[in-house]
Amino acid sequence: MKNQAPKPLVEYPKLGDWVSLNEEKKLVFFSGRVELGQGNITALTMMICDELGVQPGQVNLQMARTDMTPNEGFTAGSMSIVHGGQSLRWAVAYLRQQILKISAKKLKTSLDELNLYDGEIHHNGSVVFKIDQMLDDVNFENEIPEDIGLKDPSQRWSQFREIDRVDLMERMTGAPFVHDMIEKGMLFGAPVHPGNMYSKLLSLDIQALSKRPGVIKVVQDGSFVGVLATSQQSALEAAEWARGKAQWREIDTTIDNPMSYLNSQHHDFEIVAETGDVNKNSGQWYELTVSRPYIFHGSIGPSAAVAKWEKEKLTVWTHSQGVFQLRGALAKVFETEEANITVIHKAGAGCYGHNGADDAALDAALLAKAVEGNYVKVVWSRYDEFHAAPMGAAMVTKSRAHLGPDGLITAFDVEITSVPHSSRPGTGGTPNLRSAVLIKNSKLPANSPDVPAVRGGGAERNAVPSYNFGPVRVKKRLVHDLPFRASALRSLGAYNNVIVNEGLVDEVANKVGEDPIAYRIKHCTDERSKDLLLRLEAESRKYIKNLKEGQGWGVGYARYKGLSGLCAVLAIVTVDEEVTVDRVVSVSDVGEAVSPDGVKNQIEGGIIQSISWTLKEAVKTEGNSTIVESWYDYPIIQFSEIPIVETILIERPLEKPLGAAEISQGPAGAAVANAVSNALGVRVSQLPITRDAIVSSLLSNEN
Amino acid sequence: MDSDLICTINGADHPIEVSSNESLLFFLRDKAGLRSTRFGCGQGTCGACTVIIDGEAKLSCETIALDVVGKSIETAEILADQSEHPLVKTFQEFQAGQCGYCLPGILMTSKALLDKKQKFSRLEIAQALDANLCRCGAHSRILDAVEKAIKLTDEKGE
Repeated sequence: MKNQAPKPLVEYPKLGDWVSLNEEKKLVFFSGRVELGQGNITALTMMICDELGVQPGQVNLQMARTDMTPNEGFTAGSMSIVHGGQSLRWAVAYLRQQILKISAKKLKTSLDELNLYDGEIHHNGSVVFKIDQMLDDVNFENEIPEDIGLKDPSQRWSQFREIDRVDLMERMTGAPFVHDMIEKGMLFGAPVHPGNMYSKLLSLDIQALSKRPGVIKVVQDGSFVGVLATSQQSALEAAEWARGKAQWREIDTTIDNPMSYLNSQHHDFEIVAETGDVNKNSGQWYELTVSRPYIFHGSIGPSAAVAKWEKEKLTVWTHSQGVFQLRGALAKVFETEEANITVIHKAGAGCYGHNGADDAALDAALLAKAVEGNYVKVVWSRYDEFHAAPMGAAMVTKSRAHLGPDGLITAFDVEITSVPHSSRPGTGGTPNLRSAVLIKNSKLPANSPDVPAVRGGGAERNAVPSYNFGPVRVKKRLVHDLPFRASALRSLGAYNNVIVNEGLVDEVANKVGEDPIAYRIKHCTDERSKDLLLRLEAESRKYIKNLKEGQGWGVGYARYKGLSGLCAVLAIVTVDEEVTVDRVVSVSDVGEAVSPDGVKNQIEGGIIQSISWTLKEAVKTEGNSTIVESWYDYPIIQFSEIPIVETILIERPLEKPLGAAEISQGPAGAAVANAVSNALGVRVSQLPITRDAIVSSLLSNEN
Repeated sequence: MDSDLICTINGADHPIEVSSNESLLFFLRDKAGLRSTRFGCGQGTCGACTVIIDGEAKLSCETIALDVVGKSIETAEILADQSEHPLVKTFQEFQAGQCGYCLPGILMTSKALLDKKQKFSRLEIAQALDANLCRCGAHSRILDAVEKAIKLTDEKGE
């Protein structure tokens, strides 16, 4: 077998799982992946067209819905092209082969004399058939053979190379979102979420709530309360009124500062990676600790969903990352068979991981149950977003590097104390949907085991540095008793771990008097990482010679999850009262870039989001609730703070695609943190790097 | 219906049938069926609901629908069929966006700038766009697109 079959094909081996004919006898392709605004639908369409030999625009691609498409798990972890796209390529290669065989038989000619491109079958330079004429004879029930040959990489992209995002115009000027769905008789729902999901409702005047303007029904189930109204504005206003009136019994908490709490933990670590003995009898150890607070996913569009019940059957339209997993979780909540539930993906605002999408879906389903036969649309308020949605996990990473006699790092030891990074629907066997805890027949979440190492790990993601540092050990300590909800946020633990590890490399390079990039290159063992850093070195020479007073520069590099995309970032900052990032240059290698500009867009977005996390973002909490009421309480990066961004992609069309969406957050955060340290001479150990954090680091450095 | 209660939306007269406190945002979305105008925060802090009222970029979530009687409203739908509009061309050229939830608001802030037919520096454009939040990190491309759109408008001498 030339290529190993992508994972989803093992479970969905039939051609018909991936492509079939619709009622008009046209091809429709299926992907279990979802379009999150990252450009998936465009990239997958390109892969189909290229493998089959048709032009973009001729392809109808149906993305995740439980009644039609394969279950490919969560669309997460930069795996869509790597697994989902490659599966489609295999299916399409088989489709193409069948079409050519059928054509050859009809023409009584050999396969070698036929070619398929632009949607047409060519023989001796002239068109003999169109694809559509061959489809009746394709056997969609056949299994995709394991020895199906994919197009040779050198033959790829001969008909077209880059296309515009197929959905951009609709997103700019239209109404493609689940928020925008309108159906006849649709009602508008709004939940009344308490600040903490373990709170119990003590009192709320349901009668008075049901008389608020536009309200037609109030739904109460245990501590879950929601309103149904004739307009979205009425629903939101009634829920806000109810929040002001409702009395809750809160769980007791003695934790007043989550970060201090994490730092005070002493229970045993679990060793999650160990490549050799890190104990060294001689030489010098250096260490660095950096912590990251809880941060928000922070979608600009609040979580939303539409639900409808009909004769015990539920249909949900959602922007969830995993429609099948959400279906499983809903089945548990409503204690019904999964077969009674259909979950259909519909666009939402960028989610950046597991946000409130799934929770809003349950809210809609709970409210719709009270008005069987009606469509119910729930759009969360900004309050809900900032209080009810899962957050990115708080964590502390301490790394130690051992300096050997030849001036190289010869052992590396990492200790991580963290909240689990994933509590997606179904994790640990429980629904993990917020209102499932509030309802009378309460379904409490299990402690999350965090993401297993085979999926790149959670808190420990990228704790193993992307260099040869000799033996490496990684120890992890999970903390379950903080009263907040955390779940997957782009790159999980990799962001903080890369900041710490790359900061430590800088510290050691500084001690031995080496240039930071040259010192990194000395520890590279493979050509791809060397190429990347050499290119970054060349770029950095353009900019770091003439830095002004107050400016500093820094770099960060990592290979995501140790085996995915490689990304190196240079940042130049000015440290005044606040930190300003002046320029960022990134060099990346994602193997085959299906859509090079789409890849660059993802990398740039990751960098800018990471700068925002690094310089500005921390969720304020009090007791067991967040205390963020609006964007004013949680500032994120704005247009006038955006650096000059240069994105360089080292294209490797003959290599496997490696994924792109989460490769730049760690390196970008590290580059900024290192640049600040370069400018200041001291290191900030508590993210975000705000003015207060800088002052506190300067003071502790003096002491 | 009181026939005096009319505004102009994207060039066409439109009756305003609303209750007294209905926001322009939900009037546009749910009554006028113009759903490119997005609900982002309802607190006037994110800019997703930005529309143009009599030439100025305004937050529709903070505007009472009845206050736009007699006024001219523009929403992002006005650009939907204008493939030659400088903003449509440059946003496509730079692929300036990812999830796109913030884009209609950004386009309206940008169109209000373009329509002033003045020169704006990149910093001035960025400062105007500080009223709009983007979470995907498409800022750099968006600034490239708006900067070029303003330049194209200037070159056309409009």
